Amino acid sequence: MSIDIDTARRVAKLARIRVQEADLPALAGELSGILTFMEQLNEVDVDGVEPMTSVTPMRLKRRKDEVTDGNIQSQVLKNAPDAREGFFAVPKVVE
Amino acid sequence: MTANTWTIAAARDALRKGEITATDLTMSCLTAIDAADALGAFVHKTPEIALEQARAADARIKAGDAPALCGIPLGIKDLFCTKGVPSQAASNILRGFRPEYESTVTTKLFDAGAVMLGKLNMDEFAMGSSNETSCYGNAVNPWKVDGRTLTPGGSSGGSAAAVAADLCLAATGTDTGGSIRQPAAFTGIVGIKPTYGRVSRWGIVAFASSLDQAGPMTKTVRDAAIFLQAMSGHDPKDSTSADLPVPDFEAALTGDIRGKKIGLPREYRMDGMPAEIEKLWSDGAAMLKDAGAEIVDISLPHTKYALPAYYVIAPAEASSNLARYDGVRYGHRATLAAGDGITEMYEKTRAEGFGKEVQRRVMIGTYVLSAGFYDAYYNRARKVRALIKRDFEQAFAAGVDAILTPATPSAAFGLGEMSSADPIEMYLNDVFTVTVNLAGLPGVAVPVGLDKQGLPLGLQLIGRPWEEGDLLNHAYVLERAAGFVAKPQKWW
Repeated sequence: MSIDIDTARRVAKLARIRVQEADLPALAGELSGILTFMEQLNEVDVDGVEPMTSVTPMRLKRRKDEVTDGNIQSQVLKNAPDAREGFFAVPKVVE
Repeated sequence: MTANTWTIAAARDALRKGEITATDLTMSCLTAIDAADALGAFVHKTPEIALEQARAADARIKAGDAPALCGIPLGIKDLFCTKGVPSQAASNILRGFRPEYESTVTTKLFDAGAVMLGKLNMDEFAMGSSNETSCYGNAVNPWKVDGRTLTPGGSSGGSAAAVAADLCLAATGTDTGGSIRQPAAFTGIVGIKPTYGRVSRWGIVAFASSLDQAGPMTKTVRDAAIFLQAMSGHDPKDSTSADLPVPDFEAALTGDIRGKKIGLPREYRMDGMPAEIEKLWSDGAAMLKDAGAEIVDISLPHTKYALPAYYVIAPAEASSNLARYDGVRYGHRATLAAGDGITEMYEKTRAEGFGKEVQRRVMIGTYVLSAGFYDAYYNRARKVRALIKRDFEQAFAAGVDAILTPATPSAAFGLGEMSSADPIEMYLNDVFTVTVNLAGLPGVAVPVGLDKQGLPLGLQLIGRPWEEGDLLNHAYVLERAAGFVAKPQKWW
């Protein structure tokens, strides 16, 4: 599988990582190399094998659906690059 | 010998007997740390916290209330969130982040009276095998045999360097594909990755959630047992942590492995394996045999596919986990140009904040999860993962108690030597360790010898799930038989 420049641009967009146009060919080459390495997996007969969903065969613990903390607005916002009036602030999203 | 060179076991006994105070022990480590900036191991030093914890530990010891780790000075990998102390996973995207909470592991360690000396260098988001992707710069291996500076391995490179150089008595590490065991092997120390679910992941910056597991990096197997004991146990905040009793791991170190069956997987005999690694491996098998174990050849037929499966699954999980770094809630946000909207904010923030290797893995993960490729890559990799796990289950079902393999394909290499290499070449460092993460098993690296240059080499033992005690007992026998006592010559 070879990744072309358009695909590299699309993947970068999906990943929300800005990649300069000039860097796309090198990125496409690197991604192609890694995908080629992964293609060894096609040699394996996986007929009838269920994809692994749990590392250890145990049922996940459930907990009660109840509030266990709260009133920690200042802690939640403490590390925000831009917090105003008790909210996270971001560039305008809706016109 | 100054107290910073002690083992946890020796320090514990000396503290309880009143032969040293936790404060003096801590001072001894802080002095060693300040003289070791050339190693790049400690990236955020916390001497005030350390001395305050040491004083509290001294009071507890005096009162006769001293758990094993009470007063023991430790280094903490930067991946662990520590309240009020920078915790940035060696990434610029978390620059300035000071968590408002404490990870479960560090909470348990502090409750047991342990002392935090500071935060340790690592590869960015634990993605790397040489500690060269860190935003802090390289951690350096204290072992040096010529003009080159060597990698301590990765991703827990700072932890390995700090323990090997006696800057702390032990350190926390995390292991997603070998990040505890490979650096342990490169620096001549012991590192164990426990069974998936043995240790809570809560408050540890997530890389690949189905593979990540924290564990101790220590000077001896006994110390690994003591330290692991304190880290382990069910945590309601991590639903994948196992609600199983934690056995007394130290008590499992009987030194008796008579009648145990040790498997040597033939698929680990790679083409082009250096003769020294091959010899180390057969020497290790001979040591276990001399101790009364039976050595058997086994087959783990899907071994070859572990690395490609890992490099689908780990980046896929990483691309999801790292989606949270968006410049909104914590860490770095790019300076925006006039007219930039929220998408530009995400894209610029992530381009500036993530290093090259992290970007590469996030994009690979995005690709293998994207519509049209999900089945071909991600689901196929998860099926292969099931087969890899089944290989181990069949070996254990046939009566094998532990599996012995090399820990790494080589001794430590020079910093920068792999910089022009293909990313895949760096990934090959994990070839012997990554299967263990995919299968969720416990694995331990034990230093066994030196190569002809004088650099440490380690072997790996792999155990049955939840049988860390038995695994550590095998490691203990190997450690005693190998008699590895070499230390790096101080040059820093």
